[in-house]
Amino acid sequence: MRLQAPENTVGFTFDGQRYRGVPGEPVAAALLAAGVRLVARSFKYHRPRGIMSAGSEEQNALVTVGRGAQAEPNVRATMLEVAEGLEVFSQNAWPSLKHDVMAVNDLASPFLGAGFYYKTFMWPKPFWEKLYEPVIRRAAGLGGLSGQPNKDRYEKAFAFCDLLIIGAGPAGLMAALTAGRAGADVILADEDTAMGGRLLREVEDIDGQPGADWAADAVAELAGMQNVRLMTRTTVTGAYDQGTFGALERVAGPRQARKPLECFWRIVAKHAILCAGALERPIAFPNNDRPGIMMAAAVRAYVNRWGVAPGKTVTVFGNHDDAHRTAHDLVAAGVKVAALIDSRDDVEIKADFPVYTGAQVIGTKGRHALESIAISHGGETREIRTDCLAMSGGWNPSVHLTCHMNRRPTWREEIASFVPTPEAVPGLMPAGACNGAFSTAACLQEGAAVAADLARDLGLKPKVTVPVADDGAYRITPLWAVPGKGRKWVDFQNDVHVKDIKLAAQENFCSVEHMKRYTTQGMAPDQGKSSNVLALAVLADATGRGISETGTTTFRPPFVPVSIASMGAGSQGKGFAPERLTTSHNASVARGAPMIEAGLWYRPSYFPRQGETHWRQSCDREVGHVRNAVGVCDVSTLGKIDIQGPDAAGLLDFVYTNMFSTLKVGRARYGLMLREDGHVMDDGTAARFGEQHFVMTTTTAAAGQVMRHLEFVLQVLRPDLDARIMSVTEQWAQFALAGPYSRTLLNTVLDDPIGGSDWPSMACGDVQVAGVTGRLFRISFSGEHAYELAVPARYGDSLFRLLVAQAESLGGGAYGMEALNVLRIEKGFITHAEIHGRTTAYDIGMERMISRKKDCIGQSAATRPGLVDQDRDQLVGLKAVGAVKQLTAGAFLFEQAAAPVRVNAQGYTTSVAYSPTLDAGLALGFLKRGRARHGEVIRMVDHLREIEAMVEVCDPVFFDPDGGRARG
Amino acid sequence: MTEVTLDRIMSAAPFAGLTKPASAALKEQIGLGLSAPGRAISNRRARVIWAGQRMWLVAADVALDGLAAVTDQSDAWAILRIEGPGVVDVLARLVPIDLRADHFKGGHTARTMLGHMSVGITRVGAQAFEVMAMRSMAATLVHELQSAAENVAAR
Repeated sequence: MRLQAPENTVGFTFDGQRYRGVPGEPVAAALLAAGVRLVARSFKYHRPRGIMSAGSEEQNALVTVGRGAQAEPNVRATMLEVAEGLEVFSQNAWPSLKHDVMAVNDLASPFLGAGFYYKTFMWPKPFWEKLYEPVIRRAAGLGGLSGQPNKDRYEKAFAFCDLLIIGAGPAGLMAALTAGRAGADVILADEDTAMGGRLLREVEDIDGQPGADWAADAVAELAGMQNVRLMTRTTVTGAYDQGTFGALERVAGPRQARKPLECFWRIVAKHAILCAGALERPIAFPNNDRPGIMMAAAVRAYVNRWGVAPGKTVTVFGNHDDAHRTAHDLVAAGVKVAALIDSRDDVEIKADFPVYTGAQVIGTKGRHALESIAISHGGETREIRTDCLAMSGGWNPSVHLTCHMNRRPTWREEIASFVPTPEAVPGLMPAGACNGAFSTAACLQEGAAVAADLARDLGLKPKVTVPVADDGAYRITPLWAVPGKGRKWVDFQNDVHVKDIKLAAQENFCSVEHMKRYTTQGMAPDQGKSSNVLALAVLADATGRGISETGTTTFRPPFVPVSIASMGAGSQGKGFAPERLTTSHNASVARGAPMIEAGLWYRPSYFPRQGETHWRQSCDREVGHVRNAVGVCDVSTLGKIDIQGPDAAGLLDFVYTNMFSTLKVGRARYGLMLREDGHVMDDGTAARFGEQHFVMTTTTAAAGQVMRHLEFVLQVLRPDLDARIMSVTEQWAQFALAGPYSRTLLNTVLDDPIGGSDWPSMACGDVQVAGVTGRLFRISFSGEHAYELAVPARYGDSLFRLLVAQAESLGGGAYGMEALNVLRIEKGFITHAEIHGRTTAYDIGMERMISRKKDCIGQSAATRPGLVDQDRDQLVGLKAVGAVKQLTAGAFLFEQAAAPVRVNAQGYTTSVAYSPTLDAGLALGFLKRGRARHGEVIRMVDHLREIEAMVEVCDPVFFDPDGGRARG
Repeated sequence: MTEVTLDRIMSAAPFAGLTKPASAALKEQIGLGLSAPGRAISNRRARVIWAGQRMWLVAADVALDGLAAVTDQSDAWAILRIEGPGVVDVLARLVPIDLRADHFKGGHTARTMLGHMSVGITRVGAQAFEVMAMRSMAATLVHELQSAAENVAAR
């Protein structure tokens, strides 16, 4: 019911029914105004539930917004803003909210207590995962995801400040004013649509003007300060190391294409003040969950801020003075108050509505909406007709963020709740209600004092002027659970009631942590934000311990649920990872080459020609180009590192197993690099361009790792080495020219053609390519006479096109990754498929490359007995010799007669290819004592693809074993 | 957003104990010495941008034989100039450092991240920055900045 007709309304729907609401007000307010009581079904028992609170702590009124891929589940109706055309749906009910079939769970509730499922569905064991759990999960739950990709935009952002103030109630505003006026760099964040906190919801004066007006003036003043940033609709969700806070912003305004829905902020602050206020806690009386039973302060909030009366005849039930406000505010607004029930004996209340002191609510009636309550008063039971019960068991300071770095809060007896433990989060100071200071005057005072202290820390000179405000006492006598028949709900979101907690205690789950897991209290989106204090008070009672002795479970981030979409913002589609494109990318794509990912790089898989319908046809042809004519391949993705300095050679000697200081200028050498633990890290070549100048190449996969490794060596292990490293991977476009006609091809682009003996195998140096200085290396990864030619990247595209055109005229052409792989497997050259992090130089047959004339990283570790054990898996070649020619990578190797089971595995395959050169299925792999077993026929079994083949163990070099083709 | 093309970029990494002589030699050649950490300096002929520990990028042809490792980087970088009143807001979507005017002033430079990419960022005006990324990632750099700018504009 609206107290006054609003000026401007818009239409929205709830479960298809049209309603009107004021733009920007919570959907919860609009539904209450329309007299909608039943808004949700509970998690487990499908109990009818209504709106309970007026903030992000809402446990009942979770709804789904929108349809299809854009549907968003579990949105709090108390935080969702009314907008024209908004579509809202209830959750966890079928076929409808009013007639929910699964409400049968509620009738069966005596059997469905905590632990029921685990105890009941134990046998037969396999049924749990396949049958029981899916069925139970379908019956219990909240909203569901659509399963479709979400097209909505989300974003992430960073913000920085000297002082982050979390919450803009009286304490937060006063802190921001104090620090802001002193000139501090401030961010003030609040999750509400407007700043002011409870000042917007209460009837009370500050400095003689209404609290809401004072708040509006304060916000206006802050908005005018250049040094203050105001962030509304922004919930600070977590406190992390080094002054970093996570915060979720619901982006304001109507939903539009291209506009982000939410923004996940990472705010870095030198200091922070927590002004998060307090959450009102329920009282556990029988059937305290009917639609229409709400938190007392929420009822006032709807009346005072949004002009909506949540009921026609309201009763109020509380155990402290603050709850009386609800009754007085309702009367002032013209709403009938049926009764004020105070559980305390020692209070005198003057009012013109019925007052019952020393009384308790012991029962409620009404299936879909509250109709009446029963109270016990002076030994008698009395029934009161009422459609809304405002309850308050007291206030719990919002200590949540102070627990995010593993500290527990401290129990304070006089307010019967927890307060933050000092220094719980370094740099975060609590002030106001979250620190147990509940009156407005105390909040203003603490906010100003803490902000002034921190401003002084920042070298500023703050002035503290605190306005005059209400300083009423709180005076609470704890009331947790009321005796009586019927379930007394503690955790509304997880359907946990008093009996569940007592059952946990009875079954010896007495620790608060065990109770939580046994009952599920404090789990799920709510994370016990509202229920923890009440739950452990009940547990304390059941176990006969005090509350401080019982302790509390902790509060973990996030403070409110954070959508994965906002945390992963920008990472959909191509945002997932940067794309690294070579200079030949466009030319390759133009030739129809499918591009495959190699780390972040994209490389051509093969270059299809007309008439070729299968990648193998293209691949076989490209292999033929290289073996018989000439092929061109972009190898720019290999890591290239420029190394200069007096100790450049010394650095290489230290990181490579073999000697580089003896390498002549104008020559390159193959090198093997070990990790500290003696396993192979990477391989590649280093070419010497000057006495103090080398260019190292790494594999594509390990380029970043090797660069980091070299930095580590120079900065940490050997700062004495005077050498400088710089990546030149991006600077040079580099192409392999491989095959018998490679020199012919090369000479078509060189200004000064080279002769047969000018560039022997492993020679390197500068050359002129059409007037541009390039670098030439006589190195081969195919076993053929081959070169690599590098030019500055700006010329890469044109050189690639030129080389490919010339190669084609020589009967060759471009080749891609598939052919490159076949060529190197035919030659037994390793890649990271073989040096996968668990293999040693010994395993790959290169232990003789570990020079004993000098020290190098990994040298000692590589000699550990376990790493040179002759029983280790050793690199071998495998050739298909049976009927099945197809070999697969990742398959296991077995002796012919052995059963193909795990314990009999003798090794595995790492790389496979069909070799058109040898017309055979080839593989590289690792086999126990493999080097001694050449000639043996064993069995390859791929359990996953169900392929079995007989293979002959042989030397990994299948083709041209003496290497004559590359040298010739 | 506009592309910046520098005809020459050389990295200069002075050898042990030779930072001062290298800086002096550089000053003789282009009128600028090596800049302080986190700073970029320029004159009409050239620019010097600090690029990390013992490393500078010099936008000019220089020779520092025996004083510093000099490596041609002219083709290694994609550089974008991004400017406008919302430039700090746009970069705040992608860059985890404080780029506000009173913290990151004209001539300040930093090696940092932009989304998943490692970049160098220099403030070149009251509302203008230059972002240097690896040449191979140029398309991603444009894509990231564009979508961040769209998000900011849509607000």
